Amino acid sequence: MRKPDIRELKIIANTIRQDIIRMLVLAGSGHAGGSLGMTDIFTVLYFKILKHIPEQPNNPYRDRLILSNGHICPVQYATLARAGYFPLVKLKSLRKINSQLQGHPHRGSLPGIETSSGPLGQGISQAVGMALAAKMNKQNHHIFCISSDGEHNEGQLWEALMTAHKYQLGNLINIVDYNGIQIDGYTKDIMPLLSLRKKYEAFGWEVLETNGHDIKNIIKTLEKAKTIKRPVAIIAHTILGKGVSFMENKYSWHGLAPNKEEAAKALKELQHGK
Amino acid sequence: MVSNIKQQKNNWRSTRDGFGEAMLELGKKNKEVVVVSADLAESTRVQPFAKKYHERFIEVGVAEQNMLGVATGLALEGKIPFATSFGVFSPGRNWDQLRVSICYSRANVKIIASHTGLSVGPDGASHQALEDIAITRCLPNLVVLAPADFNETKMATLAAAKHQGPVYLRFARQASPIFTVTKQTFIIGRAKILIPGKDITIIGIGPLLYEAILAARELAKKGIRAEIINSSSIKPLDAKTILASVKKTGRAITLEDHQIHGGLGSAVAELLSQSLPRPLKIMGVSDQFGQSGQAEELWEKHQLTHPYIIQHALKLLKK
Ligand SMILES: Cc1ncc(C[n+]2csc(CCOP(=O)(O)OP(=O)(O)O)c2C)c(N)n1
Ligand SMILES: [Mg+2]
Repeated sequence: MRKPDIRELKIIANTIRQDIIRMLVLAGSGHAGGSLGMTDIFTVLYFKILKHIPEQPNNPYRDRLILSNGHICPVQYATLARAGYFPLVKLKSLRKINSQLQGHPHRGSLPGIETSSGPLGQGISQAVGMALAAKMNKQNHHIFCISSDGEHNEGQLWEALMTAHKYQLGNLINIVDYNGIQIDGYTKDIMPLLSLRKKYEAFGWEVLETNGHDIKNIIKTLEKAKTIKRPVAIIAHTILGKGVSFMENKYSWHGLAPNKEEAAKALKELQHGK
Repeated sequence: MVSNIKQQKNNWRSTRDGFGEAMLELGKKNKEVVVVSADLAESTRVQPFAKKYHERFIEVGVAEQNMLGVATGLALEGKIPFATSFGVFSPGRNWDQLRVSICYSRANVKIIASHTGLSVGPDGASHQALEDIAITRCLPNLVVLAPADFNETKMATLAAAKHQGPVYLRFARQASPIFTVTKQTFIIGRAKILIPGKDITIIGIGPLLYEAILAARELAKKGIRAEIINSSSIKPLDAKTILASVKKTGRAITLEDHQIHGGLGSAVAELLSQSLPRPLKIMGVSDQFGQSGQAEELWEKHQLTHPYIIQHALKLLKK
């Protein structure tokens, strides 16, 4: 299958942003901000970078993707559906009783979800385990982990970074959703992270940075990361709520779903921005 | 005593709001009271305290293990720290810190858990604390409280502050009926009889108790008088009140928004099996994880609402 070019990827990302708005307004709850902020990266991953076959979600040769900051799962659900993992109509059931689309990711509920998450800080350790297993099995797929800046408050995450360095896991890439926001405010006020680059470097990781909304640069950075023989952190500079003017950079949108009027306004903006 | 039986949804208030109000009161009353937060100040309703008593509010970020350690240090120097988060993260993630730093040292820390039970709703299983009573009830030196409504949560919070020693306080996210009396003091170790009866004892905790009250009213129409007990002090358990009631009725049901293993039902079973063996039905979540959905839908799915309580009561009455 031919992979989409940059212009086409932009259109897919815009469509996924609209999916997210529609899903959240139907659900009546959920995390709009981080989902919209990571849409460009998810689009590039699933439509350009990941080695995967949507019809075979358990294919042993697939690249693994772990979403550690599970609360932004609406973007993963919408991207999986657009990539062909399951019918689009299922997106309407987000957060409803007996749905496959749980409020936070649940392994086994939905094809394409590698593990359960929601409680922050647990994803990278699991990615390290998967990367170790791949090495033992002499497999050459990559393990991608998505994590968030707020999540870096958790000690477990740093424990995982040390393990990844110790075992020189060149098949591990951690993409950090670096939007400067967590639940109750800006990360600089809640818990200052200082230089994430220097911290990762001190932990023995290679560090790359990208604008999280520049599709071309996201592709370039991910492709470079795959060639590096050490664990790589990609600090992705993102804007929470990207694409919807009244959500952008507002921490109040961290855990909110739009109401009907807000959703209509958001969809109008996104449709114009196409 | 049950107050204000008529329940209009717009009069409902959440137990977490009761906690938030009590913290404002405590902030004013006691200069040693400190709040420690792990990036959930708004959700746990300590934001007003944080604004008003800024110098006594410590934000540690998303770091629950660190939070309990910091709270312990504060307590060992004479402060009264309230360490606040969701039940799944605290005591979920930081149980070792709770066990050794706090309980073993008998540090005067109040471990405050909002968002317990299935009633968390759409966030789903990862965020629904259904095991927190089991993992706290087993710890020496720790008091475990689960108030039933807005009023009682307020009173329980004030009582926790007064108590010298660690206290685990669990409450919930969603708005729920208010049925306990405002001015009744909260005594740790004391259960309250909400509705007196003689035919069957129903012991419950948390907002789910309202379903027991509804069940009692339906049963009364059939001539069955259920005694409804609010056992908000899970540890210490009020053995005296529970034994006296079951001696009279000869049978009991327990009801909780928690796993059936290790919770209130287990506490009552431990008591009855050793002191007064009588038929007992433990109602709760049966060894399963929760899922996304509305609180009422989930209670219905797990058969915790009043029609199921009535069914179990009728079954036990045949025994
Ligand atoms: C262990 C744990 N503690 C607390 C929470 C509650 N929580 C959910 S999201 C969040 C903020 C995390 O920051 P970030 O992921 O950067 O937020 P975003 O950028 O998506 O707004 C918190 C504290 C959690 N999910 N897990
Ligand atoms: Mg963030």
